[in-house]
Amino acid sequence: MPRGALQRFLDALQASGHQCIGPIEQDGALVFAPVTEVKQLPTGVHDLQAPGSYRLEHDESPRCFAWANGPQAIKPQTFAPQETLWRVVQDEHGLHFESEVSDTEKRALIGVRACDLAALTLQDKHFLSDTHADPAFASRREALFIVAVDCTHPADTCFCASTGDGPAVAGGFDIALSELDEGFIMRAGSVAGQSLIDSLNLSEADEGRLQQASDEISQAASQQTRELPGHLREQLFDRQEHPHWQAVAERCLACGNCTAVCPSCFCSAYESRPSLDGQESKQIRIWDSCFSFEHSNLHGHALRDDIRLRYRQWLTHKLAGWYDQYGRSGCTGCGRCITWCPVGIDLTKEVESLLEGDPA
Amino acid sequence: MTPYSDVPRAARVVERIQESPDIFTLRLEYPDAREQHPFDFAPGQFNMLYLHGVGEVPISIVSDPNDDRYFDHTIRALGRVTRGLSNLSEGDFVGVRGPFGVGWPLAEAEGKDVVIVTGGLGCAPVVAVINYLFRRREQFGHVTILQGVKHHDDLIWRERYSEWAGQADTTVALAADNPGNDSSLFEGNVVQLFDRVELKAENAIAMMCGPEVMMHFSIEALLLRGFKATDLWVSMERNMQCANGLCGHCQIGPLFVCKDGPVFRYDRIAEWFFRKGF
Repeated sequence: MPRGALQRFLDALQASGHQCIGPIEQDGALVFAPVTEVKQLPTGVHDLQAPGSYRLEHDESPRCFAWANGPQAIKPQTFAPQETLWRVVQDEHGLHFESEVSDTEKRALIGVRACDLAALTLQDKHFLSDTHADPAFASRREALFIVAVDCTHPADTCFCASTGDGPAVAGGFDIALSELDEGFIMRAGSVAGQSLIDSLNLSEADEGRLQQASDEISQAASQQTRELPGHLREQLFDRQEHPHWQAVAERCLACGNCTAVCPSCFCSAYESRPSLDGQESKQIRIWDSCFSFEHSNLHGHALRDDIRLRYRQWLTHKLAGWYDQYGRSGCTGCGRCITWCPVGIDLTKEVESLLEGDPA
Repeated sequence: MTPYSDVPRAARVVERIQESPDIFTLRLEYPDAREQHPFDFAPGQFNMLYLHGVGEVPISIVSDPNDDRYFDHTIRALGRVTRGLSNLSEGDFVGVRGPFGVGWPLAEAEGKDVVIVTGGLGCAPVVAVINYLFRRREQFGHVTILQGVKHHDDLIWRERYSEWAGQADTTVALAADNPGNDSSLFEGNVVQLFDRVELKAENAIAMMCGPEVMMHFSIEALLLRGFKATDLWVSMERNMQCANGLCGHCQIGPLFVCKDGPVFRYDRIAEWFFRKGF
C-alpha cells in the first residue's frame, strides 16, 4: 500500500462502521486516541526511552510508526480504567439490580505493537476463561478490529525479542502492517482483514520490499540490549527471602506506575458509589495495583505491609505465578515498567540480581 | 459459569439470629418465586453479600445444602460492610452473588475417618460440612471435631457441639484461651487438643478452617502423627472483591482463593502457605 493510500485505508475502516483509534502525540507522549485523518498520526516522531525517562524527537522521516510505544498500552480499550458494572435501586419492594454492561461500538485499533498484542492474548485468557467470561471485557473485545504494525524502532528499554513476543507481530490481528518509507506491506490475519485489504485494490508487494521489511525487523530485534531469561517460575518462588527484594524496596516508591502502564496487569477494585439520597447505588470497577496498601487488606490489616513484600508480589506474580495461571510469563517485553518508573527500577536488572546467589 | 456471578440478585432477610456479642446469622431467601429453585451449593462455598450502598463481602454458606428455600450466613461484625449487615433485620434486603469457589472434598472423605479442626469463627464454614457428615453418618468413619476459641463467648452453637459429642463414633474436644467458668473447655489452644485425642492417620482426612497460624501448627501436628500432606485440606481467606478470579486481590502465589479455593489440598498450596506476604 503506497503511503498515499493510508487515508483511503482509514476511510475504509470508518466506512465499515469502525471508530478508528490510533497513536497521536499528546503532552509529549504517544497515546491512543480517536483519529480520522492521517495527518493526526505521529509522522516523523521517535521516542527516546531510558529507565525513568521518556522523550519524543522529531525529524523529516515520512514514517508514522517509527517509535516503540507510549505509556498506554491498548489495555484500556478492553479493560476499562473505570467502569460501572451494575446499578441498584432501592424501593418499598426491595432492591432491584441491573447490569450496566452494554454492547460496544466497533473500534479499529491502529498501530498495535506485537508486545501489546501478546498481552491482549494474556488478558483474553484472564478475562474470558472457560469458567467465567467477564461481560464488560467480552463486549469491548468483540468490538475490536486490530491493525498491528511490526516494530522497527525498539526503545532502549524494550526486550520483546527475549520474551519471544516481538518485534514482528505473529498473530491475533486482523491486519498487520510493515512500514517502509514509501508505504506499507499489508497482510491479513482474519477474514474481515482480508476483505478490507481486497477492497483497497492494492498490488502485490515486491520481493525487494519484503526483504527490506524483514531486514528491518531482524535489525530491531538485534538492537535490543536488555533481556529477560525465560522460565523463572521455580527460581523466583524458590527465592522468596532473597536479600535483593529489600534492596529494590529501598528504591521503590510503591507508586504503582509499573502496574498502570503494564499491558498485562489485571487487578481491579470494586467500589459502591451511592447517590446522595442513598436510594440508588452503582458498583464501579476501577484499576487497582498490588503496590497499594489496601490491595492485600484482610480484616483491616495489610498482609503485605511493606514495599518489599509488594514488589515481590508483583514480580513473582508477573514472572512466576502466570505460568501456573495461564501457561507462560505475564511479561511481553514492552519495557514500560522500566521507562515509567519514577526511580528507574529495571525489571530485567532486578531479575539478574535475584538470580545471583542460592535460593533462599 | 455460575449464574448470578456478575450482578447480584435481591434476597430477603427471613430471620436474624444473634449468636454471640458480635456474631450473627442472617437467614435469607429469594423473594421472587421464579428464583426459588433449589439453591445449589457445596459445603465450603461462599456468596458475595452486598449491603446496599456500602459494598460486598465474601461470606461462607453455613446452612444445609439440601434446604432449597433458605440459606444461612454466619457473620462476625468486624468491618464496614459486616457491621452494616449486623444492623439488618427481618424483611430487609441484601444482594447476593454466588455461590463461588471449591468446597470441601466430601466424595474423597467417604469411607474415611474425618478430623475437623477449627479456630475462632472458623467453625462457621465447617458447620455445613459437619451437618453433611452426620446426615450421612454411615458413609464416614470416626469423626473428630477439634474447636478452639479465644474467649468462651466466641463458642457459638454450644448445643450443636453437645449433640455431636453424643453421637456414636464421634469425638468432640473444645478449647478456649479464656474458658471462664466453663469446665468443659480445655484451657489452651486447639493445637494442644491433638495431645488429648486419639487420631489414626491411616484412611483419614483432615479439614481445617481458621487463622493460618492455627492451621499451620495443626498441619505440623497432623504430619507428625503420620498424616500425609495430601490428606490435609485447608480453607483460606483473602481480600475478595470480584469472586470470579478477576480482581487479583485473593491470590496466594498463583492460586486464586475465590475460584481455585477457598478449600485447598495442603500440598497444592504448601509452597506459599503461612509465608508472610503471600
